Amino acid sequence: MHPDWLWRNPSPKWSYDVVIVGAGGHGLATAYYLAREHGITNVVVLEKGWLAGGNMARNTTIIRSNYLWDESAAIYEHAMKLWEGLSDELDYDILFSQRGVLNLAHTLGDVREGVRRVNANRLNGVDAEWLTPEQVAEFCPIVDVSPDVRYPVLGATLQPRGGIAKHDHVAWAYARAADRLGVDLVQGCEVTGFVRDGDRVVGVNTSRGPIRAGAVALASAGHSSVLASLAGLRLPIQSHPLQALVSELLEPVHPCVVMSNHVHVYVSQAHKGELVLGAGIDPFNSYAQRGSVHVVEHQLAAALELFPVFGHAHVLRTWAGIVDTSPDASPIVGPTPVPGLYVNCGWGTGGFKATPASGWVYAHTIAHGEPHELNRPFGLDRFTTGALVDEHGAAAVAH
Amino acid sequence: MLLIPCPWCGPRDEVEFSYGGAADVAYPPDPDALSDAEWGEYVFVRDNPRGPFAERWVHTAGCRRWFRAVRDTATHEFLEAP
Repeated sequence: MHPDWLWRNPSPKWSYDVVIVGAGGHGLATAYYLAREHGITNVVVLEKGWLAGGNMARNTTIIRSNYLWDESAAIYEHAMKLWEGLSDELDYDILFSQRGVLNLAHTLGDVREGVRRVNANRLNGVDAEWLTPEQVAEFCPIVDVSPDVRYPVLGATLQPRGGIAKHDHVAWAYARAADRLGVDLVQGCEVTGFVRDGDRVVGVNTSRGPIRAGAVALASAGHSSVLASLAGLRLPIQSHPLQALVSELLEPVHPCVVMSNHVHVYVSQAHKGELVLGAGIDPFNSYAQRGSVHVVEHQLAAALELFPVFGHAHVLRTWAGIVDTSPDASPIVGPTPVPGLYVNCGWGTGGFKATPASGWVYAHTIAHGEPHELNRPFGLDRFTTGALVDEHGAAAVAH
Repeated sequence: MLLIPCPWCGPRDEVEFSYGGAADVAYPPDPDALSDAEWGEYVFVRDNPRGPFAERWVHTAGCRRWFRAVRDTATHEFLEAP
C-alpha cells in the first residue's frame, strides 16, 4: 500500500497566469506565496527533472541571517522570521533546529570583520554575539581552540537563532501547500524556449508542448544563464560546482553549526547523525554536477585540523550542485529587460537559507510587476548603476 | 581533477593551474563612448554556456604562462582549439 501522495501530478494545461521554471525550494515557495499572499492560483511550476532534485537536494541546510549590509540583513532576516513559523504554517515538521551558527575567525582581519559584522547585525535587529576562543570551546567543545593548529581560532561570531532544517521536508511542505491551493506541479517537463509576442514573453515551449503564460518566472539557479540565453538575455552569472559530503551516521557529537571562511569549511550534524560538510566552489565554470577531489581533500584537511575527533569518521558520500555566482555574491531577483520575464538567481552558494524570503519577494514582484522593498536593491539594474551589495565577506565561502 | 593541456608543458594536474575565466574579452576600443549599460556589460557580464567554452588558464605552479583553451562545461572535456 502506498502512502498518500503529497501533491497531484497533473498534465500541464495550455495556459497559466504564471509559469515558474524550476521546482526547487525557491520555485515552490514562490508558487505558494503567489497563491496564499496574492490569490494567484492559476500557476504551474515546471521541473525538467524531479521536484527538489537539484540544489535543494544538495545543500548543507544551514540557515542564518548574519549578513553585513543592511539590504542583505533585511532579506535574510525576513527569511529567518518566516523559518521560525514555517512548520506551523505549512503543517509539516521541517525539523528547524536553531542550534546556533558560529563563524570562526583565524586572522586579525577575520576578527575585525567579525566584530564589525556583529555590530552591524545588532543595529539591524539580527541576533549576534562575539565569542572569545574560550567561549567558542564552551559552545562547541569539539573545536580545537589551542594555539598549536595551523590557523588558530581567535574568536567567532555567534548567531544563536541560526541553525539547520531538513531540506527535503521544506520542499515537500511547500509543494503540498501550493498544490492544495491549486498550483500545478509538473515534473519531467523541460523548458526548451520562449513564446514571444514582439518583445514580450507570452509563454514557454517545453518537452511537453507549448504553454502560454501571463508571466514567466525563472527559478533555475545554476542553469539560469542557459534559460535566459534562450530569451536573448545575458545574465551576470557564472555557474560553478559546489561540493559537499556526509559521513556515516554517528552519535551526536556536534552541537551547532560551525563555519570558517578562512579555511573554507562548514559543518553541522544532521538530525539523523551524519556529519554534513561543505567546501568552497571549484574555480572553473561547469554544469557537470561534479567537482575535483582535491577541493574535498582541502576541505577535509581543514575540518580535521579544527575537529580532531572527526579523524574517527569516514566519508560516506560526496556530491556537487551547480551554483549561480554573481559578481557581488548577492542574488538577482526582479524584472528583466524582457517584458513578461522575471529572474530569481545569483544566490550562489547560499540560497537554501533564503528560501522563504526568496519566494515571498519573488511572488510579490510577479504579482505587482515590480519589486518588493526587500528585493528592490537586488535588481539587475545594479550592474549598470554600480550600487552593488558586496557580500563576499559574509557569504562564508569563496565565490 | 581536471587534466589540463598546457601548450608548453603538456597535460598536467589541475592543482598546478589557476583559472582565468572567459577568454576573448577585449578591452573596449573606445571606452569614452560607452554608456553605463555597456560598461556594466563589459565589467560584469560574461558568457556562461553549457557546452564549449573558451577560457583562460595560467600554469601557476609550472611555466607560469597564460593560455587559452576550449573546454566543454557539461563534460569537462578539453576540446581542440576552434
